[in-house]
Amino acid sequence: MKSLEELRALKEKTKAQMNLRNEQNGLRVVVGMATCGIAAGARPVMNTFVEEIAKRQLNNVKVTMTGCIGLCKLEPIVEVIDPSGDKVTYVKMDAQKAARVVAEHLVNGKIVSEYTIKAEENS
Amino acid sequence: MQIYRAHVLVCAGTGCTSSGSTVLFEEFEKQLKDAGIENEVKMVKTGCFGLCAEGPIVVVYPEGAMYCRVTKEDVAEIVSEHLVKGRIVNRLLEGAGEVQKEEAAAEQSHFFKKQMRIALRNCGHINPENIDEYIAEDGYEALGKVITEMTPEQVIDVMLKSGLRGRGGAGFPTGRKWDFARKSPSDKKYVCCNADEGDPGAFMDRSVLEGDPHVVLEAMAIAGYAIGSDQGYIYVRAEYPIAVKRLQIAIEQARAYGLLGKNILGTDFSFDIELRLGAGAFVCGEETALMTSIEGHRGEPRPRPPFPAVKGLFQKPTILNNVETYANVPRIILNGADWFAGIGSERSKGTKVFAVGGKIKNTGLVEIPMGTTLREVVYDIGGGIPNGKKFKAAQTGGPSGGCIPASLIDTPIEYDTLIEIGSMMGSGGLIVMDEDTCMVDIAKFFLTFTVEESCGKCPPCRIGTKRMLDILTKITKGQGTLSDIDDLYALADAIKSSALCGLGQTAPNPVLSTLRYFKDEYIAHVVDKKCPAGVCKDLMRYTIVADKCKGCSLCARNCPVNCIQGEIKKPFVIDQDKCIKCGTCMDKCKFGAIVKE
Ligand SMILES: Cc1cc2nc3c(=O)[nH]c(=O)nc-3n(C[C@H](O)[C@H](O)[C@H](O)COP(=O)(O)O)c2cc1C
Ligand code: SF4
Ligand code: SF4
Repeated sequence: MKSLEELRALKEKTKAQMNLRNEQNGLRVVVGMATCGIAAGARPVMNTFVEEIAKRQLNNVKVTMTGCIGLCKLEPIVEVIDPSGDKVTYVKMDAQKAARVVAEHLVNGKIVSEYTIKAEENS
Repeated sequence: MQIYRAHVLVCAGTGCTSSGSTVLFEEFEKQLKDAGIENEVKMVKTGCFGLCAEGPIVVVYPEGAMYCRVTKEDVAEIVSEHLVKGRIVNRLLEGAGEVQKEEAAAEQSHFFKKQMRIALRNCGHINPENIDEYIAEDGYEALGKVITEMTPEQVIDVMLKSGLRGRGGAGFPTGRKWDFARKSPSDKKYVCCNADEGDPGAFMDRSVLEGDPHVVLEAMAIAGYAIGSDQGYIYVRAEYPIAVKRLQIAIEQARAYGLLGKNILGTDFSFDIELRLGAGAFVCGEETALMTSIEGHRGEPRPRPPFPAVKGLFQKPTILNNVETYANVPRIILNGADWFAGIGSERSKGTKVFAVGGKIKNTGLVEIPMGTTLREVVYDIGGGIPNGKKFKAAQTGGPSGGCIPASLIDTPIEYDTLIEIGSMMGSGGLIVMDEDTCMVDIAKFFLTFTVEESCGKCPPCRIGTKRMLDILTKITKGQGTLSDIDDLYALADAIKSSALCGLGQTAPNPVLSTLRYFKDEYIAHVVDKKCPAGVCKDLMRYTIVADKCKGCSLCARNCPVNCIQGEIKKPFVIDQDKCIKCGTCMDKCKFGAIVKE
């Protein structure tokens, strides 16, 4: 390493990996991963979130898992929770829908209303 | 770059390694593979989290769930429940049983609430064998800033303004030490790190070295720049094999990145570090003895002056700082002197790490802002005294320190206050004692340690401490007289004023401070021939209360030396001459007929 700039470049690169361990006040994506969720395909949904978020370097978004939310027929269910605790619940998710939620909701702050539980209830 | 959705941190500090964390690590790798998620979950070995009594500890991020006393059998459950299904395994959480929380963030638990982590900030958070993780947490940024943007004078100025004082015991202002060394003209100067950690029961420095070795390297390089030195030595005890190994790895990695060696980060500044292993003699932690030992001689103290800042290692200007002292330095550079000076109390800045042990629920490592009271440490962080016993005193400063009695439990923990009440900050050992502790016995314990560790170079320490120990032994055997107590004072005075080094000068402290607060216990031993805490065996008797004894013979059958006699259904009697005071009979008697006095 020949300069401070090189040090900082390495730091930025590794930081993304470390973010998982840091407290931050960003968005939280919670994927329902109980038996019902996994059976309905929650695993690829989860992985898509993790990969897309890393690819876009959304350092303040954390992906976590949770157990059964009690709406098994709507699984895979994903909740996006903002720092104030407000949440948006997406239902019947798949990998493609997950990618869209990342692009629109997490990056641009625009809720993808057609995937939400409200849209599902109204249909 | 591999992307992970979860990190599993397994403590690989000495405490958890001895309680089996290595096996856990392997079991996790196996179970993750079996579950087919080994590419989604990253396994990391970290340094100490501080909750050693609850070890082995495993933390799973992003939830920050802290699992305690994890066994090999628990691993499968953590993998299948938490990592596959996202359900936190409540029964293994820290504090499980008391409060069970669905969302258990490690930071929220009792143990961590009143703590503040500066020196330990990376311990249990990064992989100490991976320099990249240290760099990601601002590592070597402070060194970069210092050598590219600051003059040595500015660095020392920051250290002075921060108010940082030595964490190795004496509490000398670090900035002033560096300033003396900078102003000593010489072609060669040295930066040394004291990682000898000899106090019985202390393991703060070991935890920093094991959990965050790079912080010490970085700080030493900063010190080197400040005083004008290009060579550092870390004196670490050979009994710390994990710390030694991590330091070696860290030095190699830093050299490979050009963060140690010639022309660091493309500047004119060069600095390198070597390890020197100590054989574990307590006196080698004393600064002049340490330097003599690094030079390859027998580790004996030498008279001061000349002080090391003028003539230290190899007769060259040298600074010596403690591991924890160094661990604060990079943060001070990055966050500024005012930030650090804003933490702690008026005359003691920043935080202090303590190894809390003895009669307390949460034994382990804690880092608290200076000025925190002993009560907060014992009750809020430490969880109080086990088995409903009463708090009697706490001992700080190890064999050089003294005790803080229950009446002073609201004393803020800071350098000067502790000295005023006859104890000292010390390097961070904090032993909690309950009502069953005999203070004469405690004084004897520490003096036994100093007598064994005295290097023998000067008579006051070699002979004087031995004489004091003889007197204490006499007292605990019930053979002491009141004039013995006066002799203890006289000897203590003489040794304090005439011993060559700190070991001898401070050796009488545990005796003086127990005399100060618990003189009545000494008197009880001497005059009444009784040990109020029931510890000193020679002053203790087990007797059977005839009225309560049903004559069942259970005690007699269990006595290891067969000294209890009697006829069935009549009161039994203990033969005091043969009794070895093991207490077995008292434990066995179902009728509470046996008493200890
Ligand atoms: C007998 C004796 C043993 C000591 N042992 C240690 C030790 O194990 N670790 C340590 O850092 N300082 C120890 N010290 C204190 C050192 O002499 C020295 O004051 C300290 O390392 C300076 O660093 P600091 O200013 O950063 O505290 C000991 C002192 C004496 C008299
Ligand atoms: S005070 Fe004790 S340890 Fe120190 S030089 Fe004298 S004999 Fe050695
Ligand atoms: S065990 Fe108790 S009751 Fe039985 S003989 Fe001994 S002292 Fe008496």
